[in-house]
Amino acid sequence: MINISDSATKLNSLNRRMFILATAKIIILGGIVSRLFFLQVKENKKYLTLSDKNRIREWKLPPIRGEFQDYFGNTIAGNFEAYQLHIIPEEVEDFRYVIYRVKELLELSEKQFKKIVKKKNEIKPWETLIVADNLSWEKFSKINNHLYDLNGVKPVISISRDYPYKENFTHVLGYVSQANENDLLTNENIKEKFVPGLKVGKTGLEKSFEKKLIGSNSVERYEVNAYGRRISQLAFQKGDKGETIKLTIDTKIQELTNELLKEKAGSICVMDIYTGAIIAMHSSPSFDPNSFVFGISQDEWQLIRNNPMKPLVNKSLSGNYSPGSTLKPIVALSALENEIISPDFTVQCKGHKNPLELYGQTYHCWKKEGHGFVNLREAMKQSCDTYFYEVARRLGVDRLSVTAKKFGLGQKVFKDIFDNEKKGLVPNTEWKKNALGRNWVLGETIITGIGQGFIQTTPIQLCLMTAQIANGGYKIYPKIVANDNNQYADKFTPLYKKSRNIKIIQDAMFSSTNEVRGTSYRSRLDDPKYKFAGKTGTSQVKKITERDRELDLKTFQIPYEERDHALFVAFGPYKNPRYALSIIIEHGGSGGTVAAPLAKELFKMIVDRHEIRKNYDNKKYLDI
Amino acid sequence: MYQYTRFNNKNGFFQKFGNLDYILLSCLLILGFISLATMYSTDGGEILFHTRSHFIKFVVFFSMMLVISFINIKFWFSLGYLSYAVILGMLIWTINFGITASGSKRWIDLYFLNIQPSELMKIFIILCLAKYFHRMKSQHVNSFYSICFSLIIIFVPMSLVIIQPDLGTSLLIAISGIVVLWFAGLNHKYFFYSCLLSIISLPIIISFLKPYQKLRVLTFLNPDRDPLGAGYQIIQSKIAVGSGGFTGKGFLKGTQSYLEFLPEKHTDFIFTLFSEEFGFIGSVLLLLIYSIIIYRVIRIGALSRSYFAKLFCYSFGTSIFIYVVINMSMVLGLLPIVGSPLPIMSYGGSSMLATMIGFGIVMSAKTHSQQSIA
Repeated sequence: MINISDSATKLNSLNRRMFILATAKIIILGGIVSRLFFLQVKENKKYLTLSDKNRIREWKLPPIRGEFQDYFGNTIAGNFEAYQLHIIPEEVEDFRYVIYRVKELLELSEKQFKKIVKKKNEIKPWETLIVADNLSWEKFSKINNHLYDLNGVKPVISISRDYPYKENFTHVLGYVSQANENDLLTNENIKEKFVPGLKVGKTGLEKSFEKKLIGSNSVERYEVNAYGRRISQLAFQKGDKGETIKLTIDTKIQELTNELLKEKAGSICVMDIYTGAIIAMHSSPSFDPNSFVFGISQDEWQLIRNNPMKPLVNKSLSGNYSPGSTLKPIVALSALENEIISPDFTVQCKGHKNPLELYGQTYHCWKKEGHGFVNLREAMKQSCDTYFYEVARRLGVDRLSVTAKKFGLGQKVFKDIFDNEKKGLVPNTEWKKNALGRNWVLGETIITGIGQGFIQTTPIQLCLMTAQIANGGYKIYPKIVANDNNQYADKFTPLYKKSRNIKIIQDAMFSSTNEVRGTSYRSRLDDPKYKFAGKTGTSQVKKITERDRELDLKTFQIPYEERDHALFVAFGPYKNPRYALSIIIEHGGSGGTVAAPLAKELFKMIVDRHEIRKNYDNKKYLDI
Repeated sequence: MYQYTRFNNKNGFFQKFGNLDYILLSCLLILGFISLATMYSTDGGEILFHTRSHFIKFVVFFSMMLVISFINIKFWFSLGYLSYAVILGMLIWTINFGITASGSKRWIDLYFLNIQPSELMKIFIILCLAKYFHRMKSQHVNSFYSICFSLIIIFVPMSLVIIQPDLGTSLLIAISGIVVLWFAGLNHKYFFYSCLLSIISLPIIISFLKPYQKLRVLTFLNPDRDPLGAGYQIIQSKIAVGSGGFTGKGFLKGTQSYLEFLPEKHTDFIFTLFSEEFGFIGSVLLLLIYSIIIYRVIRIGALSRSYFAKLFCYSFGTSIFIYVVINMSMVLGLLPIVGSPLPIMSYGGSSMLATMIGFGIVMSAKTHSQQSIA
């Protein structure tokens, strides 16, 4: 038996301690409630956002790419509906059966089939597996007819890039293909809008105008669970199609350039001499950009890559060529402007049997018998080299380079629009000293006078040069996008000192095409409506040796790589000039026989199309 | 003679029935109902395995509690040491023949159910220690012998549970035991010094922790150090509670649990789900129900005649309070994550069984409040 007083002490102590604990408990409870209050009432907004971030996920859909149109509103790069086949593996009861059935129906090769199965194993079961991205209508309808047998297979119509004119616009537009890591790193815009399978511009205008073309993603908002599976769709936000970009190019002329350059390597550029609008710009050989849209096959790619004519190079912009005799108008103009010579200045040409000897070097004219006594007009007409050796010697390379640069040589014509455009090279004494560390030699001045040596130009530069001579010597800025409203302060500023000098050059070029013994006389058009003026050029790829001169081989007898480039620049119609062009055919032989005849074909169409273009413009004004 | 019969009648069945604490009973029933509703929500608004199983367990163990209420408190007093020994035996059995689940041996297979002896130990250690101190004269409580003996009673099951390994439950067992020591009148200075000692030795203890346990402590200190790994649970739990707001997202509308962002939502984290769906109001109400239950348990202790009943009720009530506080602090990010269920709310048979036995004994103390124990 416990004694009473002890029991009372124990109970007292127990109750006292209970009281202490009860107080502690109330404090702790208060702590828990205040924590709850803090989380649920005070910080509620923060956690609500976090919870929504958890449960709501957005899926971006590929944006619809903007189109390219030619001057007349024809779509030259558009979108078409691609027939695709999607499978969501978890929605398929028997994946093996279905995939074999699909293989059978689509007649997939063993390699393709393995690729699909591999892809399936890489994705989550609720993600879309793209079995085929561009089916023919026959196969697509075949699948549709067998759908009863293919549970979980989804035929889908998706939007994809289409180039209806195939190889015609390849070098202007470039092409699109699946975005790769590099695209994402270099372009913020692509990164922001990226979805798997997004096609982005890889070269040309498709690349430079990516930002305008790409459009904005449609967004699907889903509620997802912790494993990322979609539970229900909450919203759909439609994106905008990319901008439509209208070019100044006339598809008809562009197609003709492609036709004319078929089987040849080279370039044709056609330009409006007043607005600077590019009417046609083609580089040959070209390739079909459509084959890049869904990924090009390895064989096809190797074929394009290893072609000796270099289809991947845009020759119009990134082909650096010696201008050859097409530089002569600038040499003559520079000499006139600097009052080195008068139009009546005469030089005796004895032909390459009796070459000009200067400082121990010999300089040959192309013509064996020589031209005799020639003045400026005659020298331009017959493209007498001896005359221009002498002019260049008197002029000096520095004064020549000033004029050449003024007329657009040696600098990018399109600024930043094309990332593959080359600058070319207009040499002067200072340049050589800086770049090569050696002094300029007079002999180099002399060959620069006939467009050989260090000087390098691109076809588009030659076209611009010709255009600026043709329009009376006023500065223009070439453009390829129709509504390019860049205002240049120095547009139409005169590039000449005396406008008479420009007239003399124009007249000399006219004689070259339209008068007997002119180098392009055989390519003339007699109808005054189409009459044009031009200057041929033949640029040497390798130095001509004495032996070569002895042999005097025909073009086809020389190995392809050693043949001369054929060049021709022209403007027309002569009475009222409106268009300028440059033609270059790599390893084509002489400019007069190979390049000039193409101009004849072109001017016929260019002049005819001018009427249509004018009418289209007028109608456009009426519509507004 | 008349007095004697009346006294006898008072201990009769109907008398006992009348003596039940109906406020406590109804609070337990309400809690049971809430836990069922929450379980229904964890099953995604369907009656699936967890809801069904929880319902059966609640009904069976609640009835068992009622049965226990009618058993004389003296019976439980006499069973104090024996039951402790039996559970100890079961713990040893667990170590050798236990069922391994998620890396620890915690359960023993009793054919019709798997039982977790460590959960039962939380209650029976109180019973055992209450009996031990019931007999002791107050001047002996602080004697060296009695302190050693009671510490052994605590340390043996604790270490058996630690090697399972189950740090959370072993800590809860220790806390239950220490609570009894406190009520028994152990000198304050011992608690003060041992607190001091454990704080000093904390770095050493941490160095002995298993890597995953260390990770939990680190995660508690900064959950954002690994938001998708170790910190995931606590971050998602806080998001769920916080996004519940003042009134909650509504029953069956807790997106965090419905979309499976919440881990362990049936067991340790059930309060998170409840709090997400019923908000601040609901959480405070739940706390209120727990408070009433604990208050009633302590009140029963206060009204009991015997020291044993008082000691048990006070200790049990305090232990329940501590379990609730630890669980809630854990899911609210106030304590590191240790496995500790929320009494009655969490899914788990052994925990429910132990809790109900505890309430049964308390209720028995109520119906036999006039019973004195020699």
